Amino acid sequence: MKFIDDYRDPKLGQRLIDRIQHLSTTPVRFMEFCGGHTVAIFRHGIRQLLPRTIEMLSGPGCPVCVTANQDLDKAIALARQPGVIIASFGDMLRVPGSHSSLQQAKAEGGDVRVVYSTQDALAIARENPDKALVFIGIGFETTAPTIAASIIQAEAEGINNYYVLSFHKLCPPVMKAILDLGEVSLSGIICPGHVSAIIGSHPYDFIPQDYGIACAVAGFEPLDILLSIDMLINQIETEQYRVEIAYRRGVRPEGNHQALKLMDSVFETGDANWRGIGIVPASGLKLSQKYQRFDAESNFAIDPGPAREPAGCICGSILRGISTPADCRLFKNSCTPEDPVGPCMVSSEGACATYYHYGDTGGG
Amino acid sequence: MCLAIPALVKSMDGYFAEVEIGGLTRQASLQLTPEARVGDYVLLHTGYAISIIDQREAEETLKLLEEMANQPDDYHQGQLYTMVD
Ligand code: SF4
Repeated sequence: MKFIDDYRDPKLGQRLIDRIQHLSTTPVRFMEFCGGHTVAIFRHGIRQLLPRTIEMLSGPGCPVCVTANQDLDKAIALARQPGVIIASFGDMLRVPGSHSSLQQAKAEGGDVRVVYSTQDALAIARENPDKALVFIGIGFETTAPTIAASIIQAEAEGINNYYVLSFHKLCPPVMKAILDLGEVSLSGIICPGHVSAIIGSHPYDFIPQDYGIACAVAGFEPLDILLSIDMLINQIETEQYRVEIAYRRGVRPEGNHQALKLMDSVFETGDANWRGIGIVPASGLKLSQKYQRFDAESNFAIDPGPAREPAGCICGSILRGISTPADCRLFKNSCTPEDPVGPCMVSSEGACATYYHYGDTGGG
Repeated sequence: MCLAIPALVKSMDGYFAEVEIGGLTRQASLQLTPEARVGDYVLLHTGYAISIIDQREAEETLKLLEEMANQPDDYHQGQLYTMVD
């Protein structure tokens, strides 16, 4: 396929690996922030091919995984309310909340539907004017503008039974939170390609400037990722830290103006609760005053009770980069993709699911 | 979750477009990329185009990759990256 196959050329990939091997002299540790990158790195066996000097860590970039149980419990509680239809991206359904899951709520009679797009959610709202359609808004800056667009469309069409439960999260603030925690020492960060298609590369400028570490925005094909690793190594070896873009066909430094404008008009930043990390100031998106009537939290009484974490699950430390799935004693024992204990095993881009499918040694 | 794939814009009606992905036709919203035109490739994420693929940059990157693969020793000169800046 155009814009995919060219970036998968194995011969070119091997030559880039040779080059990286040749150039990397000091031991470094990089975090690939995005779960999509973790999957691509494992699927193409990149970890195994990299020289021993380069260690790769998975970051918290999986929206399903970082949704806190307190928040997930709210979605499940809403699914049990009469007259409510829940629309959600598929992966959320199987994530175990404190006492139940969306899937279980559905089995018990809740109207929970999987959608691929907010366009589908709007269609369900149109077809069911006597019910309230609540869309479970998870995702980073890639997805948030699509939710904003759907709200603006609902307003324009006069759809008044469409609500969003907004758990949207922002990447740069949590990167800062992880760096400030100081639990892992990082030499560089591979920034998420499709988040950056929206926000551009400038929001990461603080990473080289304030933390003096390397930074590159990467696409999701193997050559895109190798190019970003090459950039990081180059920055380190020359001690010139900056934000480079290894994915110029999709990412402009200034981002997507129209998407940012829509996001700004519909949302305002607020604190967000990240699984494993906790409340990170100004790292989430809530509906702005003007769009309160689309906000599920202000229009429904939701009381899910106190949240609890699945016993033995260490997703939280995995998301902070201080543990790997292999450190979890439930991994592959009582926790498998068929019968997941935590979200990192449910989500197709969760670290545990990725390690499970592609091997826990970090290879392909 | 932030998955986005290249899709070719085949036809448009306002913000709504038919796009082609690997031979399959799908509906897409161009609300986030109003400047997209028929013949453009866009990155499609959950039914929305989030970015128009810059075909010139795509070629530049491939050229850069080829050169990197062929001239590993030029690395520390810092020459290669300036090509795409
Ligand atoms: S293997 Fe399962 S229980 Fe262990 S951290 Fe991963 S999701 Fe949690």
